[in-house]
Amino acid sequence: MLPHAIFFYFFSFVAIISAIMVTASKNTVHSVFFLILDFISISCLFIMIGAEFLGMIMLIVYVGAVAVLFLFVVMMLNVAQQKNQWFKSSETSTHIPVGLIVSLIIFFELIIVIGGWKYKPDIIKNFSDSLISNSTNTHTIGSVLYTEYIHLFQISGMILLVAMIGAIVLTFRKREGVKRQNYFSQISREKNQGVELVEVKSNEGVKIDV
Amino acid sequence: MFEVSLGHYLTLGAIIFTIGIIGIFLNRKNVIVILMSIELILLAVNINLVSFSIFLQDLSGQIFTLFILTVAAAEAAIGLAIIVVYYRNAGTIRVEEIENLKG
Repeated sequence: MLPHAIFFYFFSFVAIISAIMVTASKNTVHSVFFLILDFISISCLFIMIGAEFLGMIMLIVYVGAVAVLFLFVVMMLNVAQQKNQWFKSSETSTHIPVGLIVSLIIFFELIIVIGGWKYKPDIIKNFSDSLISNSTNTHTIGSVLYTEYIHLFQISGMILLVAMIGAIVLTFRKREGVKRQNYFSQISREKNQGVELVEVKSNEGVKIDV
Repeated sequence: MFEVSLGHYLTLGAIIFTIGIIGIFLNRKNVIVILMSIELILLAVNINLVSFSIFLQDLSGQIFTLFILTVAAAEAAIGLAIIVVYYRNAGTIRVEEIENLKG
């Protein structure tokens, strides 16, 4: 149990420190780096606790896709350096203590709920799909995800499709002066539109560009 | 102390959740940091679900973590697209200068 506790405290310490640094760091690129560190330490915790599939999926989805997307947007928008300090705001400084008080109240409420929480000892028997002990985590998740939760799985696929189309539609813009392909006019072009017979006079040539 | 129980994981989730909320409230920089704080909050929720799933020997928590992961990825993509469009129109994404709704 001791190595488990040591690894838990190490990874959770790294996760908390990097979560603080995400919100407190002045440079937005550094915030994204600390976000990546946070995701990696939390996925190490997941792998350690026994949810290997979710830890690996977390690495792939969060670190490989979401954080890199954040990094792309931060570098594309030129907002990396902001001179404004975190605590020293200019005139609208009233909501900072209010925000701190509200957050700390939320934190203490969560701690009170965790401290006073007790579950009935026979609650484990009431669940239908408990963990099958003699198969791996991935195998168990697959056997449940594709049978009982198949509709939710397909709906989540639809959510991803809608998000992809929405992102493309939001950021799409037509620019002037860019030659792009127009398939309909290209395919429906006839011979008499494309070919023109020109009488060329001698020593004058013909102008090709229209 | 050396026995890592469910309460330890729930406390870690509560701490990361609170840090995410503080990051939303006290943010003076840009909207991207707010999106990152939302990702932190979803991460805390995932920690809670996975630890409950492991300690109660029930698989539903991990399934729902998978769905939260999907929704978080979609939310990040849409949010970043909105931020890119807003930056293209307004020229800034500083939180103090986004005041079109006069809220």
